Parts: sequence; C-alpha cells; structure tokens
Amino acid sequence: MRELKRLTLLCGHYGSGKTNIAVNIAAELKKQGGNVAIADLDIVNPYFRAKDSVEEFKKLGIRLICSEYANTNLDIPALPQEMYAVTDDRTLKVVLDIGGDDRGALVLGRLAPAITAENDYEMLMVVNCFRPLTRDAESTIEVMREIETAGKIKFTGLVNNSNLGAETTEADVLSSVSYAENVSELSGLPIFMTTVEKSLFERLSPKIENLFPLDLQRYIFTPQGDNQ
Amino acid sequence: MADKVLMKGNEAIAEAAIIAGCRHYFGYPITPQTEIAAYMAKKMPKIGGTFLQAESEIAAINMVYGVASAGRRVMTSSSSPGISLKSEGLSYLAGADLPALVVNVQRGGPGLGGIQPSQSDYFQATRGGGHGDYRMIVLAPSSVQEMAELTVKGFELADKYRMTSMILADGTMGQMMEPVSLDLEVAPAPEKPWATTGTKMKRKHNIINSLFLTPDELERYNFERYDRYKKIEESEALYEEYLTDDAEICIAAFGIASRVSRNAIDEARKIGIKVGMIRPVTLWPFPSAPFKKALKTVKTFISVELSMGQMIEDVRLSTDCKVPVILCNRVGGVIPSPDEVFECIKNAAENGGVE
Repeated sequence: MRELKRLTLLCGHYGSGKTNIAVNIAAELKKQGGNVAIADLDIVNPYFRAKDSVEEFKKLGIRLICSEYANTNLDIPALPQEMYAVTDDRTLKVVLDIGGDDRGALVLGRLAPAITAENDYEMLMVVNCFRPLTRDAESTIEVMREIETAGKIKFTGLVNNSNLGAETTEADVLSSVSYAENVSELSGLPIFMTTVEKSLFERLSPKIENLFPLDLQRYIFTPQGDNQ
Repeated sequence: MADKVLMKGNEAIAEAAIIAGCRHYFGYPITPQTEIAAYMAKKMPKIGGTFLQAESEIAAINMVYGVASAGRRVMTSSSSPGISLKSEGLSYLAGADLPALVVNVQRGGPGLGGIQPSQSDYFQATRGGGHGDYRMIVLAPSSVQEMAELTVKGFELADKYRMTSMILADGTMGQMMEPVSLDLEVAPAPEKPWATTGTKMKRKHNIINSLFLTPDELERYNFERYDRYKKIEESEALYEEYLTDDAEICIAAFGIASRVSRNAIDEARKIGIKVGMIRPVTLWPFPSAPFKKALKTVKTFISVELSMGQMIEDVRLSTDCKVPVILCNRVGGVIPSPDEVFECIKNAAENGGVE
C-alpha cells in the first residue's frame, strides 16, 4: 500500500464501497505499527457500518470511533462523542469513513478547518463504474463536486473500486481502468489505488499499479450465510 | 464492460419502474426503503417525470389515486408503519378499480418496531390491511434481479386487472447489492378508456369513485371484482420449485427466507435427507397447485418465515391440513441462519414432523 498521511478520508457515492475500503486500510495501517483508529462518521446509512468488524478491530488493536447507535434500531443521524479525537490527537493515524454523497459529506464541514490547517491528509473519492449513477467519468465528477461543496475539502486522489459484487471477474476490473483514467484526467486527480477482492489480487497485481486487496468484510453485499 | 450494474434492491425497483414507464412517484422517507425515493428524486426531473416528497404517507397514496385516475403508471413506496398509514388509500384504490404499484420494504414490527428486515406484513398484504372486500396482487422478490423484474410485472398486472400490485420485499432485499441486468422487457400499457383525461367534448365524462348510492349497486361491483379475482387466482400464480420431485420434506419460503432455506436444503441433501422447497413468487394469488401436487411425496411441510407464522396458514389451506406444517421462524429483525433451518429440517426428518 502507498504511504498514507495521518488522516485518510474516504468519500463517494453511496454503495461505492467506502466502509469496506476504510476497514481494510485501517487493518493494513495497523500492521505498519502505531496508534490506528477508524472513525465512522456516516450519518446517512444505518446499515453496513464499520462496526460490523468490531471483533476484528479488537483483535488487531484498532480503535473504533463510532456512534453508540450504529447498527441499532435508533435510526438517527448521530455522530460519535469522540469525533474530535480525529483532529485533536495527532498521535493517531485515522481512517475516516464518511457517509454517502453530499448529504454524508456535510459532516466534514465541521472538521474541515482543523483538517486543512494541519494539512496532513488524503481526501479520497471512491468510485465504481458499475454503480448506475456513476457509470461514466462525467456523472462521477458531478457527484465528486457535490461532495466537495458539502464537505468543504478538495479531493486529493481517487480509489477505483469498480466491482460487481460476488460476480466480479478479472475482466470487469481491467475494463474499469480506462474509466478511472478518464475520471483522473477530467478531475486532475491521481488514481491513489485500485481495490479488488482478495481472490483477484494475485492475478491482477502485475497488470494494475497500486493494487490493494480487500480481505475484511468481503461478504458485505449479501446476507450472512448466503452464498448464491 | 459487463452489461450488468451493481445495485441495491431499492435502486433496482426505482430504475425498473422508470423503465416500465412510470413517470410519477410520490413518497415519504422511511428506512429501509429511502433509496427508492432518493433515486427517483435524482432521476425523475431529468426525464420529465414527477418526484414529490409528500407531507405524509397518507398524502402520497392519495396523490397516487389521482395519477392512477388519469390513467398513468404511478407508484409509491414505504416500509411497514408507512404502509399502515397508506391502508385507507389502498382500500379506496381497490374500490375505484385503479391500477397502481405500491412497494413495501418490510421492517420489524408491530408499532415503530425496528429497521431490520421482517416478513410480518404478510397478512396485511394478502388479507387487506385496508377495509372492505378487496385483494392486491402481491409479488415477493428474492433477489435484486427479481426486484427489477417483478416491478415491471407489477405494473403490467395492475393495468391488466385494474387493481393495485404490491411488491412485498424486506429490509435485506432493499439494502443488499447484487449485479443486475436492466435489459427488461416491458409490454406497452393498455388503452384506458375509463381514465379521466378530458372528454374533449367527444364522449360522456368518466367518473372515478368508490361511493355507490344503493346497496344493490355496491354489491354488483363487489361481485364483478371477485369474478376478476377468480380469474387472477386461476392464471397468475407464480412460484419456483427447488428439488421437490422426490421431496419428503418441503420448505415453503419466500424472499430472503427462501435464500437462507436453499443453503440449508443443500446441506441436508448432503446427508441424504429428501428435502425441497416451493417458493411462492406471488403471495396473492397464493400458488396452491404445487403444494397440492407435493402431497404425493411430502410427509411434512416447513414454513420458514420472518414472522410469527403468517404464510403457514396458506400452506395449511392449500394442503387441507393433510400433513403437519411446522413453523421455523425468527422475528424482530433477525434472519434465521442456514444452520437453524438445517436443524429444523433434521428434526422433521427424525421426528416425522411432530413438534
């Protein structure tokens, strides 16, 4: 994995895979040592939260900063009490999982002044060309601009997470490369990494630069126990 | 690039509705179906359609009544507590013989309940919910692909029979993501000479109404409507069978419960238990025929449900209670695990269905 700044912010269209990637980046960061936290600042979606991996975090020694109401029936846009640790405790390396679209990115507005003042962050846009509302570079850039406006922080890079869930093939990922390059060219942002499900990693890593394997929460798309 | 896209079940419903020619959506947000409204809000203005977030579920269903009266394809969506609010409107739609599509992405109940998946609105969907003698065509998808396909089917059947179709999904179906092909076939909407589209001084005006001044007239409309329902029961029941040919134990399950059950059946077959499944795709009309046919080999039925046992009544009615029907269920937003269903199958095999 490329070297990361103190803060890694993951934003994108909902369903683009932000949480899945945040969880995996946090796990990889922890392997490199130091104090690592994952901050779940999602106020949009009450499901599929970083908290789903709470046991793995405990095992790995990753601190989870997350609303106590995540994954409960209390469906309100709640933020964690400890959210200011993200900007106040500079000994922490933090992966921030931001809610989908511009509505989710509103949360960043509060943290943006401190984050930009410290200036030790990557603001990454997670993209998937197989999602219906971000099929091409133009529509992806539209979502990106909406998020930047709401979050008051400019993107610094892209994460190409193009996939079709459990049916993703090597060819699907390869076919997404030109899409990611188009987004990169139109936005002027580098492709920070391309993410693939772990089983596809070995075959694709010689073909795609900065490829990152996703191991945790691989089965997030379908209900537990379902292997169709 | 693959011709499929990765969609949430809720998004698949919304996109399929647009493909089916629906240009009018009225709703009010509620988890776990809010993505339907969000998708419509984004798309409808771009294609000259209407997206309107009403002041309540009650307002939304009455707006549906208005557009349906004008003969256009129209839909609303909600989750369990919101469907209760819409129930008066559902009865009025039935009383006025209006076609519409209503989506219920169920959550745990009763009351405000929770936001996790449930199937406990089966009675409400298949037995009414609103007042009076009426039925709705109830479609139960078990994949994101079916969320799309049955939405199209729902519009077609609604128009064909001038009645409401309901998609009865659950929180898992709404939230899960799967690859979908949106290459959907849509039959053109039929002529609607009864619609209130303006007489242009060329015909007698049409009236959309559910009030009748004499009991005899109201009775006649009820009889006519039930003649239509009978035709639907005879011709529109849909189901899928899985390994039923030699089955001695047969699971009845729809939606998410059928997916969990399929895994349990595969495990049970590995240890030699002859078990299969009938998956109703239409919950009304309920597919009674495959259940009657299954009685040739089946000694025990197991109804796997995310409710306290609602569809189980239709399984018993379809089989005239000739063999035991066992309930295997979880409620409150909990999904039964394949292991739990497997244990239930094993018990039925060992004890012959005695609870």
